[in-house]
Amino acid sequence: MSENNLTSYPNVLEIMKKYDVVIGIEVHCQLATKSKMFSHAKNAYGDSPNSNIDPTCLGLPGALPTINEECVNLAIRMGLALKSEIQPVSVFARKNYFYPDLPKGYQITQYDKPICLGGELILPNGKKINIERVQIEEDAGKNIHVGATSLVDYNRSGVGLIEIVSAPDMTSPEEASDYLRKLHSYVVNLDISDGDLERGNFRADANVSIMPKDSKVFGQRCEIKNVNSFKYLEKAIAYEIERQYEVIEAGGKIHMETRGYDSEKNITVGQRSKESAKDYRYFPEPDLPPLIVSLERIEKVKKLMPELPESKAARFTEKYSLPEYDAKVITASRINSSYFESLVTSLLGKVEPKNISNYFMTDVMRASKLFAEAKGISLDELLEVPVSLENSISLLSLQASGTISGRIAKEIFEEMISTGKSPVEIVKEKNLVQISDDTSIAKICEQVILDNPEQLSQYLSGKEKLFGFFVGQTMKISGGKLNPAKVNEMLKKLLDSKK
Amino acid sequence: MSYKNQFSSVYVNELKEHTAMSLVKTFCSGERKPSQYLEQLFEHIERINPELNAITSLQKEYALLRAKELEAKKPEAHQMLYGVPIVIKENIQKVDFPVECASKMLKGYRGQFNATVIESLENAGAIIIGSANMDEFAMGSANEHSSHGVVRNPHDPKRVSGGSSGGSSVACAAGFAPITLGSDTGGSVREPAAFCGIYGFKPTYGRVSRYGLVAFGSSLDQISPFARSVEDLDLVLKVIAHEDPLDSTSLRGCYESQIEKYTLKGKKIGVIRSLLKAGLDDNVLQEFQSLEENLKKYGVEFVDIEIPSLEHTLSVYYVIACAEASSNLSRYDGIRFGHRAEGTEDLNDLYSKSRSEGFGAEVKRRIMLGTFALSAGYYDAFYGRALAVRDMMAKEFASVFEKLDFIYMPTAPTSAFKFGENSHDPLKEYLYDVFTIPANLTGIPAISVPTKVGMGCLPVGVQFMAAKGRDAELIAFASALEKTKLIGTTALV
Repeated sequence: MSENNLTSYPNVLEIMKKYDVVIGIEVHCQLATKSKMFSHAKNAYGDSPNSNIDPTCLGLPGALPTINEECVNLAIRMGLALKSEIQPVSVFARKNYFYPDLPKGYQITQYDKPICLGGELILPNGKKINIERVQIEEDAGKNIHVGATSLVDYNRSGVGLIEIVSAPDMTSPEEASDYLRKLHSYVVNLDISDGDLERGNFRADANVSIMPKDSKVFGQRCEIKNVNSFKYLEKAIAYEIERQYEVIEAGGKIHMETRGYDSEKNITVGQRSKESAKDYRYFPEPDLPPLIVSLERIEKVKKLMPELPESKAARFTEKYSLPEYDAKVITASRINSSYFESLVTSLLGKVEPKNISNYFMTDVMRASKLFAEAKGISLDELLEVPVSLENSISLLSLQASGTISGRIAKEIFEEMISTGKSPVEIVKEKNLVQISDDTSIAKICEQVILDNPEQLSQYLSGKEKLFGFFVGQTMKISGGKLNPAKVNEMLKKLLDSKK
Repeated sequence: MSYKNQFSSVYVNELKEHTAMSLVKTFCSGERKPSQYLEQLFEHIERINPELNAITSLQKEYALLRAKELEAKKPEAHQMLYGVPIVIKENIQKVDFPVECASKMLKGYRGQFNATVIESLENAGAIIIGSANMDEFAMGSANEHSSHGVVRNPHDPKRVSGGSSGGSSVACAAGFAPITLGSDTGGSVREPAAFCGIYGFKPTYGRVSRYGLVAFGSSLDQISPFARSVEDLDLVLKVIAHEDPLDSTSLRGCYESQIEKYTLKGKKIGVIRSLLKAGLDDNVLQEFQSLEENLKKYGVEFVDIEIPSLEHTLSVYYVIACAEASSNLSRYDGIRFGHRAEGTEDLNDLYSKSRSEGFGAEVKRRIMLGTFALSAGYYDAFYGRALAVRDMMAKEFASVFEKLDFIYMPTAPTSAFKFGENSHDPLKEYLYDVFTIPANLTGIPAISVPTKVGMGCLPVGVQFMAAKGRDAELIAFASALEKTKLIGTTALV
């Protein structure tokens, strides 16, 4: 968050002096299971249209849904991570509406009895956001429009989703995007979802309203639908706050409606009014008995639960003696923490974890940032670290064994990420092997001392600070290839002998 | 009764020869081949069916091929229905068979997968020979609402077969197959069984898998068999009544026959006298009372009981069944399969016209009723209350069964009526289900058995119900009852 600690959007900051902003977020998150939620068809992205289908997810007459227990386990896992109460009995319901991508004419979801109730998520600034519910449901297919023709692909139809509904506890665009980032890091770290935003596997709807500071009644809210980037969510909310403010200040009224976000124009656009919204005629799904979750099952899920970022950070500080700051930064992202841990394990006994952390947090994370920028996505949306693990291991090993110096390592890193060549190749090609033998080092040091008689006499007359100058010159002449420790040692010896 | 003569002279000399039990025996002993039997059977069907209109698709070629396949191997022990021809209601999925549900909406639609019951029957060596007429989407009590036209009662072709499984009922009663399958959502198997003089059994909800049964009211639907003898019912239940992982509402375990060891003596049966007061035809009341009197002689004890919530039977049923139907029938939208209207303007127009053209009047009526009952603001008053009364009814039944073995009731208030007598008044037609619906609402098993009516009289069915899960006891009781000859099929007699 910015220096004013409220928001970095100046207009919103102005509005916040007069109005309270109220934001609640619903996230739909696709479950990373092998098969779909209510059918045995495969759950896979990118296969040819209508290849992962069966009678159930096509809604053929006579087909019936069955529950994918793995999806239920993932929902329980989400609930546990959010400190929700896992309900011993929850009920599936039908949400009825007509649309070509919805083959049964209803979506199986949960309504008045979801699997998880309550819970919380703590934002990086320490604020607690309450969770209202987590529910299980199924995804719809996809309509594809080709000219005047519309086609439907049912590969996604029936894939498991969880919907996570927050309380209207967020009060600024930044809090909303922080919430979304945190939740995303949870689902990815916990193997609940691949969290792929681009494919819509993690999509957010934000309910936004504003109310005068002294008011006790919430303002009318608008729902911004299906925003699939953290930054866009923030911007869409900021825009929506300004829009609502202008309407209200001009004496107008906010109507409850669904709005879409146009990222190119950075505006939200009204889609349909909620007053005329469909009546979904929810009722309990008669094809599925109530979902019973035993305490034993919850315990089992708990035992198999992957580490949350918080506990991982604690483990990193303890086990690898990392500073808390390093541990927090590295564990914020699943791909970073696992990359880091692979490095630590591969270089066990050779390189100190703190040194690996230094390398990771400066070189690798900078490379990630540049890579993301080049792709036009945010850092959280990266699916893998853009530096190969083998190259990093090789580079750190070369440095640890003294084959190359730290300075050369930096040079090789740049070369490595721009060309993709391995450090060993680069070292060979450019003849960058560190010189550590005393004779060669002594020769160069002698030369440097000889070439700088002025500095030598000053040094000898007591200006010991000039020692650094000699080191610098030596390294410069050698192109950084000399072993710095040895250079230090040698210069000291040679200079002292002249005293 | 000209029909009686037609049947007996040509095809059926001795009815007993045509039960599934006896067919399996003669096929397994090699006395007769299933294919030979089928040739003879098809002749019979093709002669009789055009007037009765029970079978809508006779799959001769397929059935004969399947018979030859069976004959190529020796019968195996688990093939309890080896070579037995079976007819299924047109709402049960079998690959390549028409599954039209007697609706214009599904005209030309063929099965895309096999229902679990079909898999079970075929594993047991049965031959599915064709599919049967029905009320559109199983909505009706007389089989008068069908895109294939009405089904006629073999006992009197001027009269209805009963519904909605009229085609399956008549197919069994007219000797087209010893066992046929229907579906019973509010009495759709028991009522036509009563009208046609055969046995119809609705198992406990969940005892037979619904996977592959086109849904009408999911929480009420149950695939249910017809037969001309209780032994045959017992036999087919051994095959189809088991757990199914594809149906989440299916019950654990399976049907375990108790037919061998059963006595009538000492059985306690409840009768709800208040239900017998109004609307019953004399012949039904007479048959009902005479069976009761006769059973007392066998040591059966009758007890008067009351189940107060039964007064709400019809309203609760029509709210729940229609609500579920309104949702279940949403998938018929003209997008992926079924009827699609021509020349539509946009998506909504396509939905609206396809559904308006595809569905018949009774189906539309129930979709509208159900849609209304589930609408925001009405849910609590209709659907919510109906569920509450349903729960209450289930509790009342359960508590009555703590002290009783069975409950005794008529199956329908009259015998088969004439065409058109009730069809223009939906409420009058709905009344025909008042005795059969409670078993669906509470999920309990119930059987309609044919009483021994006099020569030239229309068949009358009476109904016995048991507590949830006590299917085998109910069948065993009916079997013992059949042995007393107080009841027995009037098919082809």
